[in-house]
Amino acid sequence: MELNQYLEVFIEESKEHLQACNEQLLELEKNPQDLSIINEIFRSAHTLKGMSATMGYEDLASLTHQMENVLDAIRNNRLATTPEILDVIFMAVDHLEDMVQSIAAGGDGKKDVTETVEKLKLIEKGESLSGSADKEVAATAALEAKQQSHYDEFELTVLKQSKEQGFGVYEIGIALREDCLLKAARVYMVFEVLEQIGEVIKANPSVEQLEEEQFDDEFTVTIVSKEEPEDIKGKIMKVSEVVKTDLRSFDFDEESNDTYSEVLANSNAQVEANTPASEQSQSIGTEVSQVNDKKGNVKQQTNNSKTIRVNIERLDILMNLFEELVIDRGRLEQISKDLDNGELTETVERMSRISGDLQNIILNMRMVQVETVFNRFPRMIRQLARDLNKKINLEIVGAETELDRTVIDEIGDPLVHLLRNSVDHGIESPEVRKAKGKNEEGTVVLRAFHSGNHVFIEIEDDGAGISRDKVLKKAISKGIITEQSAAGFTDKQAYELILSSGFSTAEKISDISGRGVGLDVVKNTIESLGGSISIDSKENEGTIFSIQLPLTLSIISVMLVEIQKEKFAIPLSSIIETAIIKDTDIMNAHNQKVIDFRGKVVPLLFLKDIFEVPSEPDEDQFHSVIIVRKGDKMAGLIVDSFIGQQEVVLKSLGNYLTNVFAISGATILGDGQVALIVDCNALIK
Amino acid sequence: MAENSVSDLKVIVFQLNDKEYGVPVSQVKSIEKIMHITRVPHTNPFVKGVMNLRGVVTPLLDLRVRFGMGEQAYSEGTRVIIVSVEDKEVGLIVDGANDVIDIPTSMIEPPPEVVGIAAEGFIDGVANLDKRLLILIDLNKILESDEVKAL
Repeated sequence: MELNQYLEVFIEESKEHLQACNEQLLELEKNPQDLSIINEIFRSAHTLKGMSATMGYEDLASLTHQMENVLDAIRNNRLATTPEILDVIFMAVDHLEDMVQSIAAGGDGKKDVTETVEKLKLIEKGESLSGSADKEVAATAALEAKQQSHYDEFELTVLKQSKEQGFGVYEIGIALREDCLLKAARVYMVFEVLEQIGEVIKANPSVEQLEEEQFDDEFTVTIVSKEEPEDIKGKIMKVSEVVKTDLRSFDFDEESNDTYSEVLANSNAQVEANTPASEQSQSIGTEVSQVNDKKGNVKQQTNNSKTIRVNIERLDILMNLFEELVIDRGRLEQISKDLDNGELTETVERMSRISGDLQNIILNMRMVQVETVFNRFPRMIRQLARDLNKKINLEIVGAETELDRTVIDEIGDPLVHLLRNSVDHGIESPEVRKAKGKNEEGTVVLRAFHSGNHVFIEIEDDGAGISRDKVLKKAISKGIITEQSAAGFTDKQAYELILSSGFSTAEKISDISGRGVGLDVVKNTIESLGGSISIDSKENEGTIFSIQLPLTLSIISVMLVEIQKEKFAIPLSSIIETAIIKDTDIMNAHNQKVIDFRGKVVPLLFLKDIFEVPSEPDEDQFHSVIIVRKGDKMAGLIVDSFIGQQEVVLKSLGNYLTNVFAISGATILGDGQVALIVDCNALIK
Repeated sequence: MAENSVSDLKVIVFQLNDKEYGVPVSQVKSIEKIMHITRVPHTNPFVKGVMNLRGVVTPLLDLRVRFGMGEQAYSEGTRVIIVSVEDKEVGLIVDGANDVIDIPTSMIEPPPEVVGIAAEGFIDGVANLDKRLLILIDLNKILESDEVKAL
């Protein structure tokens, strides 16, 4: 089978399942008793196991299998969920994620996970062995195992698919001699044989129980194999002390038709939900039906929004084609205006309207819910809280808010940084919080919402807040500001100092934030996305980081300007305002021409010189100037004339022209010509 | 026939200063007439700028300048050969391009030791076809990125 073509699907789905595991595990930590959650995790793990085995990623499959065993033990009440166990499971999920990452990056998905496997094995055994109380547990476990002798829908699917692929599916009843001494060893030998001739899908009692000799002298195994039934039987009988091998072909009709004894009735109740039959098993039954209700809901939800995966490159191609259409539309509009033909004008107008709608749809196709970024944070916060011995409750609001894919890809790291900052510096330790009269558990709110043409993402904590005095002191000591200027700072300006380079409020470097990168990196990233970040804080009440982002990066608002015969575009996000100045307004300061702009000295940059535009000297007394900013610094760009404000589609200059000074990209204008986009950040040091 | 097609190299023939050059068809995406070029500041002199190639901003390289032949005003015959090498896509401005020919690999010789033109370093080989000398150019060398960065 050609597996490569499924690889992408496999990777995507694996990621989804792992994400589901992560989310549900966090849920489970909050409600350790909720069996439905365990079942959800189990389901994801099981599918993942099946998929990776099919794709030939053995390591992935075996680690998942081990994890599944532990989950199974929890599901069967042989283990209680404790934070320690969850830690190990989380660790396993992390490993699985690494493996999937490695596969996605073209690797083989292999990883040394023996330690984790050992831990999982220990957990799996550790608590279900020895002692009289445990015998009881074992007994109930065995009983439950019997009740679970049915097949869940995944096992059934596997069996069905195997059958379709020409494998025989057999249920084998195996009996050992009553006086068999080393039952586990015999079981091992039987399995050894079975693995050689096919694959064991299910054992009853479960493999673990068999290994622990928690059975009398009979057990059943379901296998898929291409061997002849008689051969299988013969091979098993060769194992000493096996007295009886009862092999029968697995009958799917029977399985679904309910005739498989009362045990099965129970099982079908689980699978098909809301069957009154489940009530016969009292508590378990009710639990089960609850579970099923929930599952039903989940399924319905997922069905409500059907999606299709599309390669982003294809969307880019569609976008390119569409832009050409828009350019032609511009020409048509011009022509129809010139010709002044009623019918033509009407048609062109209609076309303009339709293509406008189309443009919206195409842009919307690139929109992704911020959830895809947000969903990795609960895990991170949990880990941070455990590492720092803090109690933290992360609330996520507005995860369904949509942003352009390109922005989504970039925004993850800055958010990680800010969240870490909130947890590390913001939220106090439980003792301190208690002393302050706050709830021991700190709250971090991650919020996303639309507002106008922007998306806001806020990170709010109810921690210690930022101390204005401390920040100012530190900024002065680091030489970022002078003592005199410090006095004039508003609170907000003072807080924003922590975003300047070379600033870190951590008194001692922890391995959480002390990574050698400050919040200035965050600020730069966000600004490079055309966004901005602001901070508000109250001491002892908490801090809010507020990030404003453009809805999409592919379309930006620019001011088109002309320098001689060349047109340039300056992003509106950097522009403060435009003005016309006279020659007499220009002053000289140290070989640098400057102007007085609302009481501030602003250096002037002649774009004509910077971009080496071929030109003749002009004697114009008036100059068009665009005041741009980078952070708190400003500059005035002198151009020949303003053309006007326009929405343009951002294009890259390609892989050949990389790092062109002060040019961040290009765009195609209505007449089909290319205009370069000025990178104001590069112009201001 | 089959044998021939395996050993033949299909090339696009173009002219610079009345000399004929060839680039493998496999690396050529299209041949265009010259369009409006937007100058890009602070680039190598041979980078003429960028143009809009059906919605894709494509850099243009003047091969005359690249080969040190001296510039010449663009005319009706001037063509842009859009080539794609690895992940880079650029347009090469040439005096004219109007032929596609098959060259049997056996007729391709390594570049002569002394060629006497500045394009020396960019030559992949020379094909002698009935007194018609065709210089095969090495696009990788032409698009070499260290050249781009040496501004």
